[in-house]
Amino acid sequence: MRRSRLLYVPFWVTIVFLYAPIAVVVAMSFNSGKSAYTYEGFSLKWYGVLAQDQRVLDGLLNTLIVAAGSTVIATVLGTLLAVGLARHTRSRALDAIALMPAVLPDLVLAIGLLLFYGLIQLTLGLYSVILAHGVFAMAFVAAVVRTRLANTDTSLEEASRDLGAGPVTTFLKVTLPQLAPGILAGAMLAFTLSLDEFVIAFFTIGNLQQTLPIVIYSMIRFGVTPEINALGAILLLVSFTAVIAGQRMTKIGEARAQD
Amino acid sequence: MSRFRFTRRLPAVVAVAGLALAVAACGGESSSAGSAPKAEADQLNPNADLTKQSISVTVWDGYTPKELPEKVKAKLKVQDLKIALHATNEEAMTKLTAGGDSGIDVAFVSGQYAQALNEQGLLEPIHPELIPNLSNLYPEATQLSYDKGNKYSVPYTWGTTGICYRSDLVKAEPKSWNDILNPPSWADKKVTMMTTERWLALPALKALGYSVNTDKDDEIAKAKELLLKAKPHLLGYDDTTFGDKLTSGEAIMVEAWDGWCPTTNDKQNIKFVVPKEGSDLWVDTMVIMKSSKNKEAAHAFINYILDPEIHSWAAENINYKVPNKAAMERVNPPKGSLLGIKPAELLNGESIIDLGQASTKYTRLSTEVAAQ
Amino acid sequence: MSPARTRPATALRVRRRLGAFVFLTPGLAYLVVLLLVPLALVLSYVFFQRGRFGGVVYEYTTENFSRLMDPLYLRVLGESLQIAALTTVIALALGYPTAYLIARLPRKWKTVALVAIVLPFWTNFIIRMYAWIILLNGPGLINSALKSLGLGPFDLLYNQGAIVTGLVYSYLPLMVLPLYAAIEKLDPQLREASANLGASGFTTFRKVTLPLTVPGVLTGCLFVFVPSFGNFVIPEMLGGGKSVMVGNLIRTEFLKARDWPFGSALALALVAVLVVLLLAQAWAARRA
Repeated sequence: MRRSRLLYVPFWVTIVFLYAPIAVVVAMSFNSGKSAYTYEGFSLKWYGVLAQDQRVLDGLLNTLIVAAGSTVIATVLGTLLAVGLARHTRSRALDAIALMPAVLPDLVLAIGLLLFYGLIQLTLGLYSVILAHGVFAMAFVAAVVRTRLANTDTSLEEASRDLGAGPVTTFLKVTLPQLAPGILAGAMLAFTLSLDEFVIAFFTIGNLQQTLPIVIYSMIRFGVTPEINALGAILLLVSFTAVIAGQRMTKIGEARAQD
Repeated sequence: MSRFRFTRRLPAVVAVAGLALAVAACGGESSSAGSAPKAEADQLNPNADLTKQSISVTVWDGYTPKELPEKVKAKLKVQDLKIALHATNEEAMTKLTAGGDSGIDVAFVSGQYAQALNEQGLLEPIHPELIPNLSNLYPEATQLSYDKGNKYSVPYTWGTTGICYRSDLVKAEPKSWNDILNPPSWADKKVTMMTTERWLALPALKALGYSVNTDKDDEIAKAKELLLKAKPHLLGYDDTTFGDKLTSGEAIMVEAWDGWCPTTNDKQNIKFVVPKEGSDLWVDTMVIMKSSKNKEAAHAFINYILDPEIHSWAAENINYKVPNKAAMERVNPPKGSLLGIKPAELLNGESIIDLGQASTKYTRLSTEVAAQ
Repeated sequence: MSPARTRPATALRVRRRLGAFVFLTPGLAYLVVLLLVPLALVLSYVFFQRGRFGGVVYEYTTENFSRLMDPLYLRVLGESLQIAALTTVIALALGYPTAYLIARLPRKWKTVALVAIVLPFWTNFIIRMYAWIILLNGPGLINSALKSLGLGPFDLLYNQGAIVTGLVYSYLPLMVLPLYAAIEKLDPQLREASANLGASGFTTFRKVTLPLTVPGVLTGCLFVFVPSFGNFVIPEMLGGGKSVMVGNLIRTEFLKARDWPFGSALALALVAVLVVLLLAQAWAARRA
């Protein structure tokens, strides 16, 4: 038994390592002073400063637009692609291409797109980021939907085809409803990944827009202030709530599926 | 991932590569750089209806007043003023030269970068008749070597580069560029230098007694050697937050532009010195992009900035000297500020100019120093 | 017999083709335009010369390759490999026992522990790096704490140690998850059998658990190594511009130096290293 006690040591080391910096960010966000290092007393003033910061609010709006747009693209195309790859072809090359954006370093995709947009003289804006995020988000949606496809019974689809339904009808009436939970999970994944994405957005965004991660990045480049801590604390709260809610939802979903 | 079959994918990749090459070759001429023709002036209408135009500006963070958009909209009656921010000249250049419409009407960049943009044919010549406030400038400010006669740029601020230091923490006052290139042991890892290529090279070039505009390979190589020797003793390279690092005490000597050296901060004894080997005269300018569809409004914007009341804001709030005589006369320099430096003294500094093809030598120098 | 079965086979095949076309074309077209063409551009720009103001001059050259062979850049590549490898080893050392413990927790706590490990991963990456700046800074919290003990101050930020810390912090969950999946799958009876045969706990681990979880270890290492190797944000934020990884060089060539061809050459080198690693991983996984 003592040996397994010993095992708790690296576990707690990991937990402390993961959460100590987060705790510091949150704690210092309530600092009344101007420094991000020395605590001078409790205050909510930096949250006030944050709420007034037009740059941050614009960045948030842009981030949501990009995430929504790329999620729509990725979900529609990714789902079709997953079905096509699983049911209509055996090509491993196509499999590899569909998975490639998920394995490729973000920086390489980013510069490739920068070159491409430059070559076709595209004026960069939010939509260039939406298109770019669509690329890797699609790979993740396709992967999630394919996992779901692998776990669904093909006999229903076969029956549908046997009864004379075309591939599109079969897809709409039989496959799609079965895939719905997988598609939703894929869409959520795509949305979250886009929200936090920095590198590709940094290379492909227009001069007059910034997404939230880019705003935070440039704020840090101009010095550290507790305003960034306040923003960090809020983002932490939002993503923690979302992850835990998502966890609950999948649990409920699984329970329903088992009924 | 183990299912990746690279052999099978290869033909596809080759095919696509061929396709891309074809696309690249067709689109080639338009984006190839080099001998772009000098920009021809557009016909501008002095009575254009500004309410139909809106201006997008790219500028350093904190370099213009926060309430500028509201003020400009109220005064010039333009539709909108959008501010984009860049951290360094290099970032601005990337934005402006990336191909496609940058969406920017007016850009704030340093003199040598304005010169480079102009050589590339990206700038609209300044129409002096649309900027009556040009007469507010010091006569010296119209004879700057990167753009004599302000043909395509209008100066916004000017100054020099030196060493900014904590007089309470240094054991001896710095006097020479060698004090940061080869810091004494009490300053080890408490020194920062700039990263933007020409200012990275400046301390070394000046310490060696060379021109900041040298294009001689052996001189640049010697400068590189000095810079590499300095690297292990630096806290880091920093163009944007060296002032913060000084106030927090992380650094005690930093290479700094005069205006960003927080000498007016009462609590710390921060001082600025131009090293004995000499330094530069830098000018941050406003330029109008050739691609702008709002050129009349862009001129009106520059004219508005040159208004003594507006232009003096920069001197009072960001502690940069402005090349605007009428504006400087309004300013009451706060204690410790460096605003007292006169134009004549500034002109002792060597003006940084663009070196044409040779400027890539400095790009290479800065990559190599970073990579080492 | 259903009516469909009586149809001629060719009609069925046409329908299948049509299905493949309808489902595959939109996604693949998107990927060809926005993934394969851009990647092919990176590949082809390597052979051109830089334009002075960015862009390229379409004149064939191999200069970018010979420049890549410059010891200067080879060293950066080597150092990036080293940093990424060190990151992977530390993440493995921390992640394996953690995953092992989680796999043996009661079911209820398993989920809690897994969520706890993954949670930081879903928060803004830049903010998490910012947290480390505050912690490691000269006047930062760790130094303040050490000072009250009469130690320091130490140069914790702006060096390779800070970069590795940041990388491990960012990608640790990617190590723990595949390890957990591999360890979880193990049949507990195997361990019991080993123990019954008189093997000590460590011997059981070494002879039974470890070999069976090798594929998980390989996946975890790959998941950590790949993003670490190509990273530029963490070295920039925590390395103070002094330590440079290949990602920083690529970023500099594209966004500062505007030397697209050489930047492309560096990107190609990055991808080449990763492809070699992927192949090695696939090979090792097959043998395991």
